[in-house]
Amino acid sequence: MPHITLPEGLPGITGPFAFRPETAKPMRALAEFLLRGPNTLSSADRELIATYTSSQNDCHFCQTSHGAAAAHHLGGPSELASNFALIAEIKRDFESAPISAKLKALLNIAGHVQQGGKRVTSDDIARARSEGATDTEIHDTVLIAAAFCMYNRYVDGLATWAPQEQEAYIPMGARMAHQGYVAAHVQNPAPTPEEVIA
Amino acid sequence: MPHIPLPEGVPGPRGPMLFRPETAEPMSEMAEVLMRGPSTLTLAERELIGMYVSAQNDCRYCQTIHGAVAAHHLGATEEQELLVQQIKCDPSTAPISPKLKALLKIAGHVQQGGKHVTAEDTVQAREQGATDLEIHDTVLIAANFCMMNRYVDGLATWTPDDPDFYRQRAANLAQHGYTGSASRS
Repeated sequence: MPHITLPEGLPGITGPFAFRPETAKPMRALAEFLLRGPNTLSSADRELIATYTSSQNDCHFCQTSHGAAAAHHLGGPSELASNFALIAEIKRDFESAPISAKLKALLNIAGHVQQGGKRVTSDDIARARSEGATDTEIHDTVLIAAAFCMYNRYVDGLATWAPQEQEAYIPMGARMAHQGYVAAHVQNPAPTPEEVIA
Repeated sequence: MPHIPLPEGVPGPRGPMLFRPETAEPMSEMAEVLMRGPSTLTLAERELIGMYVSAQNDCRYCQTIHGAVAAHHLGATEEQELLVQQIKCDPSTAPISPKLKALLKIAGHVQQGGKHVTAEDTVQAREQGATDLEIHDTVLIAANFCMMNRYVDGLATWTPDDPDFYRQRAANLAQHGYTGSASRS
């Protein structure tokens, strides 16, 4: 049960977003720009950074929903199963996963941000640069990881309700990937019961 | 030296916020609503929560500036600066309200990780008169500082040493807030 009285049936962060729209607005805008705004990092890569950080923070709702968004960015419905397998592998050990050396270097930075800002070393940055990362990409990686250290704590610090099974997150992830974090979720913050069952 | 080239002479998060105005805008708006918007928590209480979390995260810039803003709101005397230090060291023995102590306890648990916040923490806060909205805002302020602290230190931004720098800047922030041009100076 949530620590405060939240609107019922809204999963994860959408409960406190509905409870406090004044803070939801900039938080949605930040997620929209960081994960879907113009960027030389693909939305899939950015969602993977968010998913990995959320996994390190042990936040079920965030790692599963952003994992589903990443899976949708990575390919169409027929590829979802293999995309989910790749995401599970990245969460378990990204260094041995079949992803680019650049994304590995960025996930290494994100993992250090999750532990604490001072854990990010000059060596981490040099590795990312040698794999082709730009200053803006390094900046955005640090900020995505930092922002998810906020979103994860918001979701779990209020003990919000969230579906357990991954299937419930597939339509949610599609909306996050294709409609985004601002307009779509304001109109339709929760999965319908049919979607949850599906 | 910062990990990426940032505008020089700009302290803490303002360097990367000038570097990336697209993300600075929602971050500034969020700080303004949380720290200065309409609330039954005082400006000083909210700044003290931000200061305490930043201290727990060992972020020198954020704990110093938000401690200075809190002291400014409390009356800007040397005595208030000492109170801020006392709260930073141990809120449980500091001369502050039981309600603020309960909220700082929640904030400290948020800093450790969302799942560290217990039902008992929120029951204690309610017993001391905290509302659902105040508990919500305490959790979100603490979570927000877990972002800001990592942004500041994860990019190795510039942290001035001079205490007077923080006093002057705190007075400026207390007057003009987190979204105005003054906050970018």
